[in-house]
Amino acid sequence: MPESASVGNAPDGARQSSESAVTRFFRATEIDTRMLGMLGALLLIWLTFHFFSDGRFLTPRNLWNLSVQTSSVAIMSTGMVLIIVTRHIDLSVGSILGFVAMIMGVTQTQLLPDLLGYSHPMTWVATLAVGIVLGALIGGLHGYIIAYLGVPAFIVTLGGLLVWRGAAWWVTSGQTVAPMNSTFRLMGGGPYGSIGSFWSWVVAGIGCLGLTLMILVGRRNRTRFNFPQRPVWAELTLIGVGCSAILGAVAVFNSYPWPKGIVRRWAAANNVEVPDGGIFIAHGIAIPVLMAICVGVVMTFIATRTRFGRYVFAMGGNPEAAELAGINTRWVTMKIFILMGILCAIAGAISTARLNASTNAQGTLDELLVIAAAVIGGTSLGGGVGTIVGAMIGAVVMQSLQSGMVLLGVDAPFQNVVVGVVLVFAVWLDSLYRRHQS
Amino acid sequence: MQTDTAAQKEQTPVGMQSTDKVVEMSDVSISFGGIHAVDHASLDLHKGEVVALLGHNGAGKSTFIKILSGAYKSEGGTIRIRGEEALINNPRDAKAYGIETIYQTLALADNVDTAANLYLGRELRTAWGTLDDVAMEARAREVMGRLNPRFERFKEPVKALSGGQRQSVAIARAILFDAQILIMDEPTAALGPQETAQVGDLIKQLKQDGISIFLISHDIEDVFELADRVAVMKNGQMVGDAPTHLVSKDEVLGMIILGKCPPAATPGPGAIDL
Repeated sequence: MPESASVGNAPDGARQSSESAVTRFFRATEIDTRMLGMLGALLLIWLTFHFFSDGRFLTPRNLWNLSVQTSSVAIMSTGMVLIIVTRHIDLSVGSILGFVAMIMGVTQTQLLPDLLGYSHPMTWVATLAVGIVLGALIGGLHGYIIAYLGVPAFIVTLGGLLVWRGAAWWVTSGQTVAPMNSTFRLMGGGPYGSIGSFWSWVVAGIGCLGLTLMILVGRRNRTRFNFPQRPVWAELTLIGVGCSAILGAVAVFNSYPWPKGIVRRWAAANNVEVPDGGIFIAHGIAIPVLMAICVGVVMTFIATRTRFGRYVFAMGGNPEAAELAGINTRWVTMKIFILMGILCAIAGAISTARLNASTNAQGTLDELLVIAAAVIGGTSLGGGVGTIVGAMIGAVVMQSLQSGMVLLGVDAPFQNVVVGVVLVFAVWLDSLYRRHQS
Repeated sequence: MQTDTAAQKEQTPVGMQSTDKVVEMSDVSISFGGIHAVDHASLDLHKGEVVALLGHNGAGKSTFIKILSGAYKSEGGTIRIRGEEALINNPRDAKAYGIETIYQTLALADNVDTAANLYLGRELRTAWGTLDDVAMEARAREVMGRLNPRFERFKEPVKALSGGQRQSVAIARAILFDAQILIMDEPTAALGPQETAQVGDLIKQLKQDGISIFLISHDIEDVFELADRVAVMKNGQMVGDAPTHLVSKDEVLGMIILGKCPPAATPGPGAIDL
């Protein structure tokens, strides 16, 4: 029927001719300008720190450390995106991390040695599994109270913040648990907790191949249905930029060598002669970073390619519409919190492995970093808007600020002032951008 | 039940026999905080019939049809679909009976695109269980192409669309899944005169395809052009219903304003004697 029902819908050709080359480029490549702005801001932060630290910021060593320090918060921020997208909040992630980390510490130091034997190679798997199940149960409990009993998420997770922090103390009466199992510790990074130069290049290769395949498959599908296509040059640009970024990052990680002392010990243990100049053994990608990347890929898949993800965003956009469309919104809400609990457990494993201990204060204030990362990464507190990648980049921004200031010797209290100001400023900028868009 | 042909339908546009009743709602009630929003209301709908539901704001029309669409649960009474008693506890149940609803608010998820809205809750999936966005977009283009041939903004969230375009998305969603029973709550409220006429054409087309329609509207001209029967609600009660060609507009206004049933109408519990 309605021929003229298409109000304000000029044919595409007419619209394009009035656009500048820059606008046309962004439309053709479908690059998110907001995301680009964030990457620009990150680059600016890096260059500023690099300049003021006399060139100590943009070094393989510092960037490698930055990547390891970011991974725990980055992992949790991917779950926070889904929570904020559905107009909820989770203030308890730091405490959940603390409690689960404490249980994982006790599990591997006190329970598993009796069950599996001391230093069993599967210790880390069993520990992580215990943590993930526990995280899922805690998240499920929160989700149940929020979705089925109708208590606001703010209150439930505020309660959770207190309860799980207290529970973490309860497990060992406040004692620190250490040291951790040697295989478990690999999840914390360090020279042994990295995959080395060769495997890093393999990962890079898989990444580039995956990116190219994704674009090709998308193109083939659209051809099959005769849909409008991105121009070929735009696809090639995307592949080129994406692959360069992946290869560049791996090149940086691969140029950070093991410290001399560790090389010597490793050489002695493996009967290798160390020449005068020493041996260059690259760190490569750290295992926690690899875990964060995997979480990012899986969460992006969940958010964009599954029904569950579609429901999460639809519920955030219009909860009533989701309900009327027949979506079981309560169950979806509960699943989101279960997912958050699982992510807290994975983040907890990384932070425990890095510290080589479970402590009482572990994860304190992490909830604020995680929320800040998601929000700086473009997740709208109004609901319905957010990306996994954005939140992870947001986590890198937060961590860059912190470690940059440490590098410059900024006093700890003043670091908090800066981080707070940046958070408010970033969200203000974002709201300006969005208003300009609509 | 016999399948009517278009010719038969034209000969017997009204007063159809109970054998072809698609929906029978009897004595349904719902109250919010002690106020009877719908009070023992009953109404039938025949195959291929358009029944207009009229009444003031707050008369209970939207609430009444939301009981059928599963958004609200009736506190009593029965609903029979195609002769069998139906339990409609939520929107999913209603959809399973072939009941689709175009809500007055449109009920669109503003932040996702047209195809995602059309298939919300019923997404197509690939053999691997992932969303089959390409197939959904293909069907969306097909259906939207019928409703709104110049529509091309499939990649944009529906909040970027015009009022008329959003309305066509909501209509497309209702007709996408071969609905047998269609509920349209003020489907032309957001539209200009020309688009309103086109929705009218669509309703006639759907009626010819044998789809039964509940139409809520404020526009009495529209109602007289499109509906086979009018039903009027007042204060949550059914005043009565009458074949459109047996009553005048003034008589229908009398039903809406005064609750007074003309002789041709079947009075309901809300009718008063003047």
